Amino acid sequence: MSDMYAEMIIDLYRHPMNYGKLENPDIKAKDSNPICGDVIEIQIKLNKGKVKEVKFNGKGCAISQASASLLTEMIKGKKIDELKELDKKDILDALGIEIGPVRLKCALLPLKVLKMGIYSYLGSSTKAEE
Amino acid sequence: MIDVEKIRQDFPIFEQRFKGKPLIYLDNAATSQRPNQVVDAMNKYYQVYNATIHRCVYKLGEEATNAYEEAREKVAKFINANPEEIIFVRNATEAINLVAYSWGRSNIREGDKILLTLMEHHSNIVPWQLLAKEKKAHLEFVDIDDEGLLKIDDFEKFMNEEIKFMGLVHASNVLGTINPVKEMVNYAHKNGALVLVDAAQSVPHMPVDVHEIGCDFLAFSGHKMLGPTGIGVLYGKRELLEKMNPFLGGGDMIREVHLREASWDDLPWKFEAGTSNVAGAIGLGAAVDYLNKIGMKNVREHEKELTKYALDKIVEIKGIRIYGPKDINVRGGVISFNLGDIHPHDLASILDDEGIAIRAGHHCAQPLMERLGVNGTARASFYIYNTEGEVDSLVNSLEKARKVFKL
Repeated sequence: MSDMYAEMIIDLYRHPMNYGKLENPDIKAKDSNPICGDVIEIQIKLNKGKVKEVKFNGKGCAISQASASLLTEMIKGKKIDELKELDKKDILDALGIEIGPVRLKCALLPLKVLKMGIYSYLGSSTKAEE
Repeated sequence: MIDVEKIRQDFPIFEQRFKGKPLIYLDNAATSQRPNQVVDAMNKYYQVYNATIHRCVYKLGEEATNAYEEAREKVAKFINANPEEIIFVRNATEAINLVAYSWGRSNIREGDKILLTLMEHHSNIVPWQLLAKEKKAHLEFVDIDDEGLLKIDDFEKFMNEEIKFMGLVHASNVLGTINPVKEMVNYAHKNGALVLVDAAQSVPHMPVDVHEIGCDFLAFSGHKMLGPTGIGVLYGKRELLEKMNPFLGGGDMIREVHLREASWDDLPWKFEAGTSNVAGAIGLGAAVDYLNKIGMKNVREHEKELTKYALDKIVEIKGIRIYGPKDINVRGGVISFNLGDIHPHDLASILDDEGIAIRAGHHCAQPLMERLGVNGTARASFYIYNTEGEVDSLVNSLEKARKVFKL
């Protein structure tokens, strides 16, 4: 384990990237992990269907916070369709650590929140077109 | 004093190695381990006299019924109650729900007040929320002070406001606080309120006498006291249980059933619908035997010394914050803490790597977490098989966690 707490993870826990809030975000979503009560919110501003700005906020363990930093960094400039393709492997590759099944939920919480946000955005924008 | 090394030999789980290290199990407030004696007693039922109870004419059924009712007698004696006042349920949560449904739904009316405390487990909050919502009753909460003790003046103030019922935890699963239940029950009765004591964290760890406490109901679980999962106990005063409606309806709890009506069996069977957890009750009986052999005073003494030893050592760790009372006389074997800015789950992961099992999170006590101003805590909790050497390992691993997180 203690590889699980690689320096990068601890650094991102203390100094997260893209932490904060956006005004009038186009996409936003929030969810919590019922086991630990950790909360992550992600907010995105779009420009021509691409991620222009992204921020996250919330409280959580080193794993979920590092994962949120890496995920938000990863999606900058990407198209919505590309975001839909992101999966577990992308997150674990970015974290570069071994994670057991219990803590996997912490690592994947930000991705779950991002997907919730995308699908509710796509759902509402389809409705608007109709 | 108790012979910990001898006790440990009865628990095969400690022979295992985790990641090459011996298991240091410090999550006893969640569930205890089980000795051979308990597992053997349950196996014997399944392998030698397995049958359903209370309705068999044949020999096996008689043996099973005797063993089940003998277990009830053991449990009754353990907390100084009468056997007909002991109802077997699944766990402490079900015991509390039984009271909220059977007593609460007939006795709580619109505008009534139910008093709880800020240090209750969710199991002694949510059933009362459901009841209060249904009946338009009000919930009130006794606050805690900075030490983690109940504010007794707060309690007395509420009691003077016509409280009908109180749910009160005997020992907190987070703070370790042992509440003065006897005095509080006495005060509540003088003010006309009934009291249910949640004894999930006290019955396994110290002598508990329902007559001395004087409570109207008392709930606890088998799996926190060396017994199996799926068996718990509700104690209730006979005159109250007799007046209460059944909780679950079905087989075994009836006297006569007709198409449109039925009458109920005597206590305690009125509250035990369906096929009972026979093996569970027998296992719990064996757990009671095991604890009696050690002696509950000795159990408490051992945990007291170990907790004092642990508190003295843990308090020395730089950046540690310990929750709950410092006075060991009002504290059970539970130590909740936070270390620097390390999230409790990260702490638990680092300790897991050392073979140490501790709990991390809100411990099913979110209102208490809010009151303490934290998202969660790490928690070590002790039992009869824990040693000072294990506490030393805990302390060393916490120091290691400080290094990993560069505190």
